Amino acid sequence: MSTATAGSLQEHEVAHHFEDLEQEFESHRFGMWLFMASEIMMFGALLTGGLFLLYLHPDAFAQGRAHLDWRLGALNTFFLLTSGFTMARAAAFAQKAEQGKVRTNLLLSLALAAGFLVVKCIEYKAKFHHGLLPGNAFHGAGFTSPHAHIFFGYYFVTTGLHALHVLVGMGLMIWCLKVSNRVRFTRAYYTPVEMAGIYWALVDLVWIFLFPLLYLVG
Amino acid sequence: MDTTKSFWLPEKASTFADAVDFGFNLYYWISVFFFVLIVFLMAWFVVRYIRRRPDQLASAQITHNTLLETTWTAIPLLIVMGLFVLGMKGYWNMRVAPSNAMQIDVTGRKWAWSFDYPKEGISNDTLVVPVHQPIRLRMTSVDVIHSFFIPAFRTKADVIPGRYHSLWFEATKTGVFQVFCTQYCGTNHSYMWTAVKVVTAEEYAAWLEAASDPSKGKTPEEFGEILYSKKGCVACHSVDGSVGIGPTWKGIWGTEVPLEGGGEAIVNEAYAKQSMMEPASQVVKGFQPIMPPFQGVLSDKEVDALTAYIRSLK
Amino acid sequence: MTAHAENINYLKTTRGLKSWLTTVDHKRIGLMYLASILVFFITGGLYAMLFRLELWSPEKNFLTPDQYNNFFTLHGVIMVFLVVVPGIPGALGNFVLPLQIGAKDLAFPKLNLTSLYLYWIGAALAIISLFAGHADSGWTFYAPYSLSKNPAVLWMLTAAFILGFSSILTGLNFIVTIHKMRAPGMTWFRMPLFIWALYATAIMQVFATPVLGITLILLLVENFFHIGIFDPALGGDPILMQHFFWFYSHPAVYIIVVPGFGIASELISAFSKREIFGYKFIAYSSVAITIIGFLVWGHHMFVAGQSEVADTIFSFLTFFTAIPSAIKVFNWTTTLYKGSISLQTPMLYGLQILFNFTIGGLTGIILAILSVDIHLHDTYFVVSHFHYVAMGTTMIAFIGGVHYWWPKMTGKMFNEFWGRLASILVFIGFNTTFFVQLIMGSQGSPRRYYHYLKEFQIYHQISTTGILILATGLFMALINLLLSLRGPSNAPQNPWGARTLEWEVAETPPVLFNFKETPVVTHGPYEFATEKS
Ligand code: HEA
Ligand code: HEA
Ligand code: HEC
Ligand code: CUA
Ligand SMILES: [Cu+2]
Repeated sequence: MSTATAGSLQEHEVAHHFEDLEQEFESHRFGMWLFMASEIMMFGALLTGGLFLLYLHPDAFAQGRAHLDWRLGALNTFFLLTSGFTMARAAAFAQKAEQGKVRTNLLLSLALAAGFLVVKCIEYKAKFHHGLLPGNAFHGAGFTSPHAHIFFGYYFVTTGLHALHVLVGMGLMIWCLKVSNRVRFTRAYYTPVEMAGIYWALVDLVWIFLFPLLYLVG
Repeated sequence: MDTTKSFWLPEKASTFADAVDFGFNLYYWISVFFFVLIVFLMAWFVVRYIRRRPDQLASAQITHNTLLETTWTAIPLLIVMGLFVLGMKGYWNMRVAPSNAMQIDVTGRKWAWSFDYPKEGISNDTLVVPVHQPIRLRMTSVDVIHSFFIPAFRTKADVIPGRYHSLWFEATKTGVFQVFCTQYCGTNHSYMWTAVKVVTAEEYAAWLEAASDPSKGKTPEEFGEILYSKKGCVACHSVDGSVGIGPTWKGIWGTEVPLEGGGEAIVNEAYAKQSMMEPASQVVKGFQPIMPPFQGVLSDKEVDALTAYIRSLK
Repeated sequence: MTAHAENINYLKTTRGLKSWLTTVDHKRIGLMYLASILVFFITGGLYAMLFRLELWSPEKNFLTPDQYNNFFTLHGVIMVFLVVVPGIPGALGNFVLPLQIGAKDLAFPKLNLTSLYLYWIGAALAIISLFAGHADSGWTFYAPYSLSKNPAVLWMLTAAFILGFSSILTGLNFIVTIHKMRAPGMTWFRMPLFIWALYATAIMQVFATPVLGITLILLLVENFFHIGIFDPALGGDPILMQHFFWFYSHPAVYIIVVPGFGIASELISAFSKREIFGYKFIAYSSVAITIIGFLVWGHHMFVAGQSEVADTIFSFLTFFTAIPSAIKVFNWTTTLYKGSISLQTPMLYGLQILFNFTIGGLTGIILAILSVDIHLHDTYFVVSHFHYVAMGTTMIAFIGGVHYWWPKMTGKMFNEFWGRLASILVFIGFNTTFFVQLIMGSQGSPRRYYHYLKEFQIYHQISTTGILILATGLFMALINLLLSLRGPSNAPQNPWGARTLEWEVAETPPVLFNFKETPVVTHGPYEFATEKS
């Protein structure tokens, strides 16, 4: 697999057990959607648990939220939504067989995702600094609610799990870039970009629910 | 002896029992009917339509019959809806205590029960109640989830740390009835038993009299010995020198014990009290920190009695 | 690979351990699942035998309370997560599904191998747990008991988490394959009922298992960082944990049983040479169970301290599970009517499923009656109920299915005499073990009890005798199957005269890509009427 120039791109080969390219593509896309459904169930349960905790300890959530900077959250929302857009563009260009533009958009998405993680790191660092840590490690000052540690525990679990998904999503983008070095995307074959795009939509979606739950309500 | 015991169900001794048993028995016969029907048909068809020649084909290929399908969808549906209503009625009755119910506090801990009569200030390890009197148990646990089950009363409820859960009943006859813990709670889950003693109103009054001061006429050591088994210390501590879940009490008084995480402690009044109130604060080396805290459970007098008892164990 | 390699028996295309470990052939993966699941079934069964022997008398025989608690936990976890959830889909589903719908393989063969590896990793972690101390939380992992940072419990949690992933990926693979890979002419209503059952199961695997995943993550995090979500000492709610757990584990019981229903349909129809009665009803009822199954988890928590209104609603919804189950039971029974019934070994298991499931299902309904469940909850009655469905229905279906597809998998016929004898012993042993548990349960004998009231001893002794008979039967069946491997490859292409593709079209054993050419389906799976004799 040498790095190929645009001219030497190969055509994609259909795997042995599929009848044709269409069957292969549809199977992959359908499988990806199912996987997303599964992920949504997981995050859905986690968010439901969060709502329940909010209901149990509204004061903890209110005081905890006061320590989060909604502006950083909003910036991150912006990063994710924009990258969602660039991913959609990448898929659209892939269908038009414009390999170069696909790569630009993938790189843009990758940069935005990295921006998201940088902001997240800044936020985490501030929490660590103020002792706003989960559970026993918690030693934040100035809380009247005895359950403030629950808010931060929940904050780290959810945003941590989400950040893990961001990382996986970035991995998928890099994989798409590598494939684009080798194989020609066409209207019939743009599966990798489509897959990564679907996955990235999930990352966006989850954040759209997490952001208000953690930064805005309570 | 107990004529109310049947092949399927234990003795009945509370006002719930009739309704529960009625539901059980009714459903039992419904099940017998369906079970016999299905097994009978199955056996009959097998005998009747057994393949006699290897190449014999089925004598008919009936693929469906909408009338049949509708019937056997509708009939079970009607039956189960009836069962639902029956169960719901009995259940709400179990959950809503009458307003004249007498309240007793129940505490579950690994692996013993204690019952507190708030008005009389009595604490006991068996539940003593008057017959024909609604009783409401207000239950909580100091460690993990337990569950309070009295088969003869047909009732149970989980006993949950950090919150109160209640259960009520009215006993219909006197006697001693078995109580089990039915939520898995660790090593001695299956030993976490006690009894409900249902007595007449007069006996109950007399018992209250006697129980309100259990230490009357006893030395602290004697009282401590009673508490040792009553409060459940016996589950983990021996008095004969053998090591159980916790250290033995024999001959520890005045000795120095090594603590988990370094350091030592001398077994004296202060240490003993501390060990009972906040056991996790000083854990003896080589043991798990699993002793439940007795803060708010043991009165000062009881602590003193236990301490005296430990001291007496040379 | 030469052109001909595709046309030889899948067992012979390549050789050596490595060729098996790296294979993407669904048939070989199915066989590897089968072997692994058998190992764990025997392990789980041995634990059951040990603790049942301990229960011979109420006092100590040869286990300490801690060992007893450890053993029933291991038994439960192994049986659920390593045997009965992956069992039929992993072993039989993998082997049979593509063959029955006329596909060359599953949609994602590599993902399929990944599932198997995840299963192995999960199994390895479970084995580590055996050496890390006493895992004793029960298979339900209730907090706060499971929060004591017991390393063995932590390994178990991680194992269950990984096994959950394996299960999700298998389910996903099956759904896509069923949607996209059917052979020409294989319409939805020409699919065998086993496929419908796997389809319904797969939906539950994909949608319910992630909730188990997050529950286990939260439990692990709670153990290490004390977040306070489930731990009441930190302001958390232990009941929330139970909701999370049962939201998965109730659908899981249908994940367990529905594939067994599928096998029952295949066996009863094939050995009666009868078009199955009410095909569409059975197919839809599998899907109906799936949907209802998501809404009833709270029936495990009637005494746990959720609100009375919640209890009432969950009880109400639970009763609806009786309807699709009733439809199946009655349709199977009616299928026997005017059939040409052959009592070969697989059919003996098929009839046992019908018998046991009727008891298991009926005892489930009584648990849904609120007032009665208050009495029966956490007694041996519940233990008996779920063994009638999990062992009596699913594992019996599994064993029946293994006998049924054994010739297709291996090319060998097993000995009929020993096969039938074993199945009769299994029937007697199983019912002896578990029927008495219904009686002692309703008498009030609690479950998870090392030590019990003297008056229950006689029931325990009958039950323990039962498992000895049961184990004899199961080992006899296993040895009978294994011995056939040493015999000649004598299996005909269609020994049972079934009408589904894997018997009618595929060779015995099938070729590498299942069919020499893509089959075109022209009739339904049970059309015995058009068969020429
Ligand atoms: C493996 C599969 C499996 C299956 C298929 C079922 C099927 C059912 N289960 Fe069971 N169940 C378990 C596995 C299973 N269960 C397990 C593992 C537990 C315990 C977990 C633990 O605590 O460790 C449990 C516990 C359990 C409880 C909690 C008990 C308690 O802890 O207090 C309840 C309560 O409602 C229940 C109900 C039901 C019902 C209503 C069905 C129904 O689906 C049954 C429907 C079937 C029929 C009804 C029979 C066929 C129909 C007819 C013959 C027609 C006539 C019928 C009528 C008129 C009623 N189950
Ligand atoms: C879901 C699957 C499943 C299966 C199949 C079984 C199978 C068996 N189970 Fe168990 N059981 C559980 C799931 C299961 N169990 C669960 C979830 C619990 C609750 C745990 C808890 O409380 O946390 C439990 C608890 C439980 C208890 C209650 C313990 C207690 O509460 O104290 C008992 C008691 O008798 C018991 C017994 C048995 C017996 C005798 C078998 C027998 O059927 C076993 C028979 C098997 C063998 C003897 C092995 C030999 C097998 C072969 C040789 C293979 C042959 C194969 C072919 C021919 C293909 N089980
Ligand atoms: C669940 C088991 C359990 C129960 C019940 C229990 N203990 Fe303990 N106890 C322990 C364990 C384990 C230790 C050692 C670890 C520690 O110090 O916490 C211990 C330590 C002690 C010590 C310190 C002993 C020493 O050798 O230094 C005292 C005193 C004590 N317990 C008193 C009591 C009293 C009084 C009761 C009953 C009212 C009681 N315990 C009930 C488990 C238990
Ligand atoms: Cu307390 Cu079980
Ligand atoms: Cu259930």
